[in-house]
Parts: sequence; C-alpha cells; structure tokens
Amino acid sequence: MDLNQLTAHELLAKLNSQETSLKAVMDSLYARIHKVEPKVNAYIRRQELKDFTGNSTSGFLKGLPITIKDNICTEGISTECCSKILQGFRPPYDATVIKKLKESGATIFPIKANMDEFAFGSSTENSYFGVTHNPWNLDCVPGGSSGGSAAAVANDEAIWALGSDTGGSIRQPASFCGVVGLKPTYGRVSRFGLIAFASSLDQIGPITKDVQDAAILMGIICGHDSKDSTSVNQGTPNYTKSLHGDIKGLKIGIPKEYFVEGMDAEVKVIIEEAIEKLKTLGATTKQVSLPHTDYAVAVYYIIATAEASSNLARFDGVQYGYRAQSDNLIQMYKSTRAEGFGQEAKRRIILGTFALSHGYYDAYYLRALKVRTLIKQDFDKVFQDFDCIVTPTSPTSAFKIGERVQDPLKMYLSDIYTISVNLAGIPAISVPCGFTKKGLPVGLQIMAKPFDEEMLFRVAHAFEQNTDWHKIKPKI
Amino acid sequence: MKYQTVIGLEVHLQLNTKTKAFCGCSTDFGKAPNSNVCPVCLGFPGSLPVYNREALNSAIKLALAFGCQIQEHTKFDRKNYFYPDLPKNYQISQYDLPLSRNGYLDIHVQDQPKRIGITRVHLEEDAGKLIHEANESLVDFNRTGIPLLEIVSEPDLNSPQEAFDYLTSLKNIIGYLDVSDCDMEKGSLRCDANISLRLQGAKELGVKAELKNMNSFKGVKDALTFEVERQTQLLETGEQMVQETRLWDVEKGVTVAMRTKEGAKDYRYFPDPDLTVFIIDQSLISRIKKELPELPQEKVARFVKEYGLSEYDAKILTCTKKNAEFAEKCIQVYPGKDKKEIVNWLIGPLLSEANLRKIELYELKINIKELINLLGFVQRQEISYLSAKIVLNQLIDSQKSTHDLIREGNLQQISNTDALTQIIETVIQENAKSVSDFKAGKTNALMYLVGQVMKKSSGKANPKVVGELIKGRLS
Amino acid sequence: MSIDKETINHVAHLARIELQPNELEKLSGELHAILGFIDKLSNLNVEQVKPASHILPISNVLREDQPHISLFPQKALENAPSKKGNFFSVPKIIE
Repeated sequence: MDLNQLTAHELLAKLNSQETSLKAVMDSLYARIHKVEPKVNAYIRRQELKDFTGNSTSGFLKGLPITIKDNICTEGISTECCSKILQGFRPPYDATVIKKLKESGATIFPIKANMDEFAFGSSTENSYFGVTHNPWNLDCVPGGSSGGSAAAVANDEAIWALGSDTGGSIRQPASFCGVVGLKPTYGRVSRFGLIAFASSLDQIGPITKDVQDAAILMGIICGHDSKDSTSVNQGTPNYTKSLHGDIKGLKIGIPKEYFVEGMDAEVKVIIEEAIEKLKTLGATTKQVSLPHTDYAVAVYYIIATAEASSNLARFDGVQYGYRAQSDNLIQMYKSTRAEGFGQEAKRRIILGTFALSHGYYDAYYLRALKVRTLIKQDFDKVFQDFDCIVTPTSPTSAFKIGERVQDPLKMYLSDIYTISVNLAGIPAISVPCGFTKKGLPVGLQIMAKPFDEEMLFRVAHAFEQNTDWHKIKPKI
Repeated sequence: MKYQTVIGLEVHLQLNTKTKAFCGCSTDFGKAPNSNVCPVCLGFPGSLPVYNREALNSAIKLALAFGCQIQEHTKFDRKNYFYPDLPKNYQISQYDLPLSRNGYLDIHVQDQPKRIGITRVHLEEDAGKLIHEANESLVDFNRTGIPLLEIVSEPDLNSPQEAFDYLTSLKNIIGYLDVSDCDMEKGSLRCDANISLRLQGAKELGVKAELKNMNSFKGVKDALTFEVERQTQLLETGEQMVQETRLWDVEKGVTVAMRTKEGAKDYRYFPDPDLTVFIIDQSLISRIKKELPELPQEKVARFVKEYGLSEYDAKILTCTKKNAEFAEKCIQVYPGKDKKEIVNWLIGPLLSEANLRKIELYELKINIKELINLLGFVQRQEISYLSAKIVLNQLIDSQKSTHDLIREGNLQQISNTDALTQIIETVIQENAKSVSDFKAGKTNALMYLVGQVMKKSSGKANPKVVGELIKGRLS
Repeated sequence: MSIDKETINHVAHLARIELQPNELEKLSGELHAILGFIDKLSNLNVEQVKPASHILPISNVLREDQPHISLFPQKALENAPSKKGNFFSVPKIIE
C-alpha cells in the first residue's frame, strides 16, 4: 500500500517509529493528486499546489496534512466557499478548529476541498470551480456539500479532512463516497471561522477513512470556545476509549418513518443486513417512531434559508471578494450579488428572505421553529429508552451528475434522512455498510443523544471492525 | 392653540465600556480609521459575536434608574438592511423581547411635574462612519459594534421645550450612572424625534415625521420648532401629509425630506442564532439595584430635608453628580447652622466664576477651607460682600490664603466713623438732588447715596455703618 | 400559500439581487413548487408549541470587558475591492 492510502493513525505509527517521513507522505499524496485530480476535481485552485513539504512539528500529529473544506477560514490561504463572490478572499485569521489542529501539529493542506457554493447543495454540482466526480463512478456526484472532502479521502488524495454539516453535508457525501463522516452535537465543535450557512444548524466535523481516525480528529477539534456563544462546555473526551468493540446489550431504535417509499430497494436490503450485523454483535433492536420526520425537510428549508439570507447579506462587494462596477451604490450591490452568487445561492437567499418577510414570518419562519421543537421532542422521547438510532444515511446511493440539478425540490429530498439530526442538534455518524450492484457505496447512519458522540464511535467502530467495507478502495 | 404637538424621542446612547459590544476592540474615540477593528466587528465571514458583560450590566443599571421593568427573558434579533456602514448588512438589535420596558422620566412644565413614559430600553450595536467625498463615500468601521442603548419615549412630550427638558434631565441621570459620556458632539448620544400635530382634543395621532441628524439638544429643539411651524402650515392649507424621515439642516435651519433606506416592515427581524438568550434573574437585578447611586431626584429631596435647602437651590446644585458631590462637601464642611449661607455663595458667586471660566462648579480649583474663611470675614463684617467677591476671584487657582489676599488687597472693611465721614461729606455735596429726595421721604435715595460711598471707598466701606451715618447726618 | 412575481421582485430587491426576466420566470416556478411542498406544515396544530430558535439549553453567554489586539488597518483592508487610504471606498451615497 502506498502511504497516501493509509489512515492517519497508521501513518502516525509509522512517523513515530520513523519508519517513514512526512516528506514521503506528502510526496505520495502529491503523486496521487497529480494523477487523479484531472478526473475527480476534489480540490480547487490545484494550480496553486506548489512544492510543499509540510510543517514537521513536535505536536502529536507530526505535521500530518489535513484537507479543509473551502468554507473554513485558514489564515493566508484563500477561503472562498467555492463562490465567485468571495473570489480571492484570504482570511486574516484561522478558524478555531484550524488553530486547534495547528496546535496539535497538523499541516493545513495548502489547497482547499471543493464544495457546493456556500454549502448549498447535496451534490457538489453548485461549485464555482466545477463539479467533483465520485471516485467510485466518475459519472456520479460525490454527494454534498462536502463532496470535495469526501471524494479526496475516499480516493486517497487526502489522509483525512474536515467538512461541515448543516443538513447532511458531511454524512451524505461520506455515504456516497464510502468513508466515515461525523456531524457532532450542535455546540460541540466551535463554529468560529466556519463561514456560516445556517448558524443554528452548522457544525464542523471529520471525514475519515475509518472510525478510529474520526475519533482522533474529533478529540482535537471539539471543546468549548469562548469566541462562539453557541459553544458548549462539555470537556474534551478521549473518544478513542470508546473504540473497544463491545456493543452487547445496547438498545438500538429503528425509526419506521425512515423505511418508507422513496428508499432505494437495494439500499434497503443493505441497511437491513447491517442492522442484522449489529444484532449478531449483541445489540437489541426495536422499531421506534419519530412521528414528525415527514416535516423535517420543509422545516429545514425555511430555517436554513432564512438564516442563510441574513448570513450572506455581508457579501456585498464592500470589504472583500468580488465587486461589480457601478457608480450607484444600490446597483453595485445588486449586480455584485447577481453576478457573484450562483443559481442555488440566489434561490435560497430569495426563499429565505421571503420566509422572514413582513406578512409571511408567522406562517413560515415561526411555524417552522415550532415544528422544530416537535422534531426535537421526538428524539428526546426515543432516547429515553434507546442508546442510539440506526437509519440509512441516504435513500439512494450516489446519483448521476446532472440528474437532479434541474429540480431543486428533488435535490432537497436527497437529505431526507440527515436533516432531522441537524434540526434536533444531535450527533450522527455515517459508516460504510455495503455496495450496490453497480459498485456504489452505501452508508449506515447512527444517531445518539446530545453530547454522546462516544456512543456513535462505540457502535460505528464495532460495526466497522466486524465488516470490511471500509477497506475497499475505488479503482481509478 | 388650535393644534396639539405630539413628540416622542428615540435616544441612542453609546455605553462607555472599554471594548465593543461583541468583540474586544477598543471603543476609544478619534483613532486612525479602521484601526479599532477585527474580524468580528468587520463582520468578516466566519466571525461570531459574544456579548460584553459590562454592557449588559450598564444597560440594566440605566433601565433601573428610569424605573423600567427588566424583562426576565431577553434576546438579540437581527435587523436586516443593506447600508455600507453596516458590515454584516444586519444590525444586532432587539425586537420583541427588549431588555426592559415601562419606565419613566419626570420633567417640569411651568413648575408642575410631568411624567414622561419610557416605552423601552433595548440593546444594540453602533454602525460605522461614512464620509462623503466628491465621487465616492468612504467607510470607517471604528465605531461599528460599540454597544448602544436605544431609549424610546412614549409620545408624551407636547412641545419642543419639553423635548429639550426631557433630554437635559435624561442626560443628568445618565451622568449620575457613569455609563456613557453623553457627548452629542462626539456622537455618544444621538437623538431622533417623531413629531406630529393633531387638533386639540383629538384622539387619533396625526401623520408623523421622523427627524434625524440633530447634533445638539438645541438642534433637537430647533428642528422640532421648525417642524411644528411646517406641519401647522400644511394642516392649515389642507395639504396632504406623508409619513417620512426628515433631516435637520442646521445651517439653513430647516428639515428636508430624506430618501428612505428600507421601510420598517422590511427589516425582517428574527432571533440572532449566533447569540444565546439571556435570563436576567432577580439576584442580578437586586445586586445592580444596590449599586445604583443616589439619583438627582433623591438627592434633591435629601438636600432639602437634611440641609434645609429650597428645592430650587437643591436642583441647581444636583444637576450633575460631580457638582452635587462638590456642593455637599462644601455644605458639610461649612460650620454654620444655616446652610443657606454657603449655598447662596455656591449658586451665586461660585457658579458665576465657573461660568466665566466655562467649567463646571466642581472643576473650580478652590480650597474649601479658605472659601469658608472668606464667608467668615463677611459675616464678621470685616470685609464687604463686594470685596469678598474680589477675593473669591483671586482665591481660585491660587495657593494663597483668604487672610493674605485681604491684606494684600487692603480690602478690610472700613467701619471707622472718621474715615467714612469724610467720604460721606463729599458724596452729599456732589449729590444734592438725591439728598433732597431723601429728605422728601424717598428711601431709594438713601440706597443710592450709600452706593456712591461704596464706590468711592472701592467697596471697602461697611454699608450698614455708612447708611446709619448718612441718616444721622441728614436728619 | 403561493408567491407572485411582484413579491419575488420585492424580495429580490430587499436581498439586493438583480433578477433577469428569465431568472424571475424560472424562480417563480421553482419557488411555487418548494412553497407548495412546505405548505404541509400548515397541517400541524402548533398553537401550544414553543418555537425552537435555539436547540441548546444554554443562556447568558457573555465575555468580560477585556480589550484584545485589533487588526492593523492594512490587514483589515487587505481584501478590499476598493479603498482610499485607510478607508473602504464605495460608490457615492446620495441621500
């Protein structure tokens, strides 16, 4: 195996025993990137990838590189949310997660991962820098919005990566690309430096080749941050302690609302087999109900777009990014935003502006906030009796590029299994659990109660160690 | 008067915290453009706000001083509109759950107390500063994010003078709390006014104008006075009134209609998801209540009760906290029983000296002990009141004692009959008319003659003795 | 509830986005479909439900009034599309 194919923990072992060098790791990554990137496009601004040996440090990560989604601020490295409107933006500061990674001895990879513009999408087709192709089938999308991060990890163009998840943007691409993706509890990881899509839903999380790497990475990026009012002080657990493989006696809920029409038959079989596997490992499963599941997508598209419409108001050509020339201020604003934002961004900003506007606020925004309460209560109730909930991550495997981009509503429904988790603020992980006949990966989603990421690692790790899905590599 | 004027004021007050509302940037005034800025107050992508504890405490303090009810549950909302001085294109403000409601402020109208309702006091952040040049507008974000309070009055004010008095009183109280500079010129206190007219006795409010851009209390009064005129004329001629925002042009002394940015209903307020809610518990409120200083009204009452001052005098002395403290120190040090003596000096000669120097009473550099010595000289009739005022003038900014100044100025009062008789003779000879007036029974003439003697003696003659001597001489 | 083109234009103006006639046309259809889907929320009786503007049970997060080091003006202005001296520059505002 080439070095770039190894997991972070495997590489750390080799670096610690001086069996290999950081330079060798970087070289193997570069070689891979140069070879496959023209076909995959997981990274943006590839031409800026100059010779770079990484920052060999004494920190416990030993300079190991990490790939960062383009919406997380990296000081001096352009951070553009894959949008024309943030063209050339170099943040004057590091996001808190970046600071933590640097303090732990990580090298921030000098080019960023592709994504849907401002994380608006489920396919990475809405990027100003072009679509990312799924390494398992180049005609398919990698999922989104963290499609670049997931494809790079799956295709061994990255050791590991950070993504962000507002409605499934880590888990769904992880599922489509056959890697591990975790959305932490809201408030667990600082959002400071994450360019906001929907502030009450966004979380940064790991995308990795296996569960152990996800546990290590979470341990680094989590924790209270005084710069983020919504960051919760719950300590920084050692998540690797949860990787003991024992899930005997755990009570797993299977929500019936997730196994209805719209779900791909092949996916259904694969998920059922995965659930069987968990049973053979000693867990007990029982059908549960999350009665307001059907409303989640509607609630999400009101709350997320409303918040986004306000969060994205700052992109106006005054302080940074793209500006259209005009002698008239209002026209400058309007042209800058018309030319700088892509179609999906404009659609969401207008929808969100409408949901908040006079005369519609109560009917849309306020009502959505109330239904959000109901959705949260559904989970609270189930978690009174169950340790975790298991569902598919996505109703289908990766779909074809171009297949859904013309039908926004159909695209929105791709996130039907992931959205409730963000609305309820709970953590969830996606782990590889099989392949379709066409060779596309399928992900198993595990959800736990707030701040119980340990449960996710415990179950996901037990499942992973008793299956081989995570070891299979795409052939490009 | 045919019409009743209805005015409500919106005061924006910068709090004097060390740092901004949502970040650690300094609030210092007058720094180089865009030097008190950081990713948070510039609204850079990814940055997040965390509110300043001191700002919250100051706000609660102020709201309590105005008798407001602090809301148990309060939160920040975003007020969305595009403007280049607003880096996020939304202002963090408060909408449906403001920090406090239902306060009041008492003013006096023709010596009668009048209570002006305060609708709400809420938290928000300041915007940046724009400079308009020939072909472009320039933006400085130093002021952006400074903590602001918006103090909204009920439409209880019925004349420009009442508005002026409200602002003066508001400023006095805020000065006592030490939560803001209240400097309108520096922009730390700004005021917008809503004004409408209606027929006397009418229940419905008239069409209002919102006045902006006044940069002094006098400016507010002048703009309102102009607006009363303008609206009266419109009503008289039956012209259609429109609700609008008007800018005060201080040079021309007129208000001009302004193109509006966005209508109030287009602000799309919603709870700011980047900030948590605030639960203000009773223990915090009672702690801050305990820390509240004695406020002007309470001080007036106490001065009246404890020191036997008239309410009028007490009000003058308590108009600012520092003046009140200075005055009280003088009153306490003054050994006499009748405190009125020292108070008359404070609001008379001392206040004149302060005004002359364009400073506040408390800023006068005077040794209180020497001041009281000076009063003693007057009371013992060792110098005249006139001379004492001269000594006072010299006493300020000086290291010398009252005693030395009197001696150096040769100001000891002349009560010696021989010395005075000579001057009196001269005055009688020079003022035959007044002498005959006095003899004809006009007592005023005596005052005049005494005055002439005082003048000739450079104010040193003892007026009482002079009066007696003249009376004896002419009877 | 549906959304007419006049409303879309007004909302686009509030959001400061210039819409081309063909964009308006397309958007009108898409928003119609999305809002139609969202309308399912009106089936629920939520009168007694509290809105969850925050999913976290945390409150009163405050910072101490301690100054930090601000950015140098050059750094603050580094990304500016247009500047003059230490100022950001925008097209002249006419009031």
